[in-house]
Amino acid sequence: MNAQGYAPSWLNRDEVFEFLKPAASTRLDLRHNCILYIEDLNVSFDGFKAISNLNLYIEPGELRCIIGPNGAGKTTMMDIITGKTRPDSGKAFFGQRIDLLKMNEAQIAEAGIGRKFQKPTVFEELSVFENLELAMAGDKAVWSTYRARLSGEQMDRIDETLALIGLENDRWLRAGILSHGQKQWLEIGMLLMQNPKLLLVDEPVAGMTHQEMDRTGELLTSLAGERSVVVVEHDMDFVRSIARTVTVLHQGSVLAEGSMDQVQSDPRVIEVYLGE
Amino acid sequence: MFMKRLLANDRGGRILLSALLLISVAVVASNRLLPEASWLHVPTYTVTLLGKYLCYALLAVSVDLAWGYLGILSLGHGAFFALGGYAMGMYLMRQIGDRGVYGNSELPDFMVFLNWQELPWFWHGFDQFWFAALMVLLVPGVLAFAFGWLAFRSRVTGVYLSIITQALTYALMLAFFRNEMGFGGNNGLTDFKDMLGFSLQADSTRIGLFIASAVALAAGYLLCRSVTNSRLGRVSVAIRDSEDRVRFIGYRVEKIKLAVFTLSAVLAGLAGALYVPQVGIINPNEFAPLNSIEAVVWVAIGGRGTLFGAVVGALLVNYGKSYFTAAMPEAWLFALGAIFVLATLFLPRGIAGLFSRRQAGDESGSSALSPPPAPSSDGDPQGAKHRSSPDSVTDSPANTATAPMSPLAQEARS
Repeated sequence: MNAQGYAPSWLNRDEVFEFLKPAASTRLDLRHNCILYIEDLNVSFDGFKAISNLNLYIEPGELRCIIGPNGAGKTTMMDIITGKTRPDSGKAFFGQRIDLLKMNEAQIAEAGIGRKFQKPTVFEELSVFENLELAMAGDKAVWSTYRARLSGEQMDRIDETLALIGLENDRWLRAGILSHGQKQWLEIGMLLMQNPKLLLVDEPVAGMTHQEMDRTGELLTSLAGERSVVVVEHDMDFVRSIARTVTVLHQGSVLAEGSMDQVQSDPRVIEVYLGE
Repeated sequence: MFMKRLLANDRGGRILLSALLLISVAVVASNRLLPEASWLHVPTYTVTLLGKYLCYALLAVSVDLAWGYLGILSLGHGAFFALGGYAMGMYLMRQIGDRGVYGNSELPDFMVFLNWQELPWFWHGFDQFWFAALMVLLVPGVLAFAFGWLAFRSRVTGVYLSIITQALTYALMLAFFRNEMGFGGNNGLTDFKDMLGFSLQADSTRIGLFIASAVALAAGYLLCRSVTNSRLGRVSVAIRDSEDRVRFIGYRVEKIKLAVFTLSAVLAGLAGALYVPQVGIINPNEFAPLNSIEAVVWVAIGGRGTLFGAVVGALLVNYGKSYFTAAMPEAWLFALGAIFVLATLFLPRGIAGLFSRRQAGDESGSSALSPPPAPSSDGDPQGAKHRSSPDSVTDSPANTATAPMSPLAQEARS
């Protein structure tokens, strides 16, 4: 054992000091055609393995559906990507450079990952318009939030989004009194205002009528391409109607991946999920 | 112009500030111009009492900013109030000079009594008014900042946060009770003589302090209103209702809470500083948890999340307190308890809620907790069309049917 083994790392002259290394870039680097990169992820809660050796790669512009029985780890996976839960081990990168495991929720949101929750959570005491205003991408520091004034351009953006989610005439309604489906839509609208590169959408059509489901499907399909969309959903008809690639999760890891038909004919998938 | 924009959607605030202006002018005029024999004459004692209420009202506004808009039920705002008061008290102590009982021009009486030889380091500078005035704002601000930084960063919320704020004020009370702290122990600071060269016993000084309190209340109100009207205020409400969600749309929740909470503490400190010269004493009892809880009760009775409700609640409850403690001293605490229970049961949104429910039919249905939409786009020609018709809000039954739950019950639930 030489002396160097005991010396602090900054005495190591053949390495660049930690503090001299450039901070991780916040620019999204998509050179390797991969917007979300999850490898060997493990999480356990009190001994229960919620995620075990999960690997998942999402391409830019892709629309990916993730299905799986209850407790398969779908929501936990989203929690990790958005910084709500810390994994025990593994890697999660946004693009090539942005290490999601080193960031908090707000930083991740700023980097360009937006999330829609399973249970619609809108700000009930604020109006529909104000909900969208708050979600809008922009400088979110304290002072600039205090001084913020909406520009005409931003107004137009909110208007566009209102039109897209069909709440134009309800803009001044308190979000708390919207119907369940409308709240879902409002939340999707908030997601769009954030202008994310990657959308994580958790059960978007729960509680929606068939008509609303069709519209949601169209919306999500139209969003993919420019952005990447990851949808977690239970409703198989809905998944079939929008999915190009489907990933099946089971007990915290990927069981199968492929088109809907491939997945559906996979005997293992039939056993754990579809065959019930 | 500035005020007009701030109060455009705040009818309660317009009424409140006009009433404040009218009453202040009337009170001062009657005290100075009318002969003492006249039945309209307001004695100086009453003026000082009103000034004291105005300080409480400013404290209530600051509690409402933290609780009503940001959702932090602070049971320790009395600590910031008392710290502001102590900073002012230290200045007033130093102004006594050699007119104290011991005639020592260097040391306040209690230090001579304790056989101290020289002024402790933290008393230096308090003979200057500007320094004391700075400390009035800085000390509560720094404490709130440090406290908030630790608490919000570790994401302590809800009941747990309330308990810690309560512990904070209790710990400060115990500390200030100790003679070794150098703040006069349980006697506190008193026997003040003058302030900025004006005798505190003189009627004119007392009226000046009353006017200063009224101005501070109005300014504090407008400052808080400018926050609640801004996007920052809307983010605060969002944090109050769903803190996690706000994080996921990219706001640094900790920083926003810290900023608003610190502002609230600074206002509480200012209220305390104006309070002390009017009551003539500051002692550790001001840190008592009960005081902080009373401030929360004022806000709850007045109407949480409205700002003007907090002022109304503080004035009414304190008037009741003055009345009861004179008429039947032992009944006051029962009366306070009864008011609180009755308000929780029958006025879940406080007095302000009653007010806005009654006008809901004829005006823009601005329920107390959801201010009418005010997209802040003044001067923007496009704004006009977007501001289209908030009337649609009025039509919705759910908006006028106010939240069935009392503010405290909501707090307990979260």
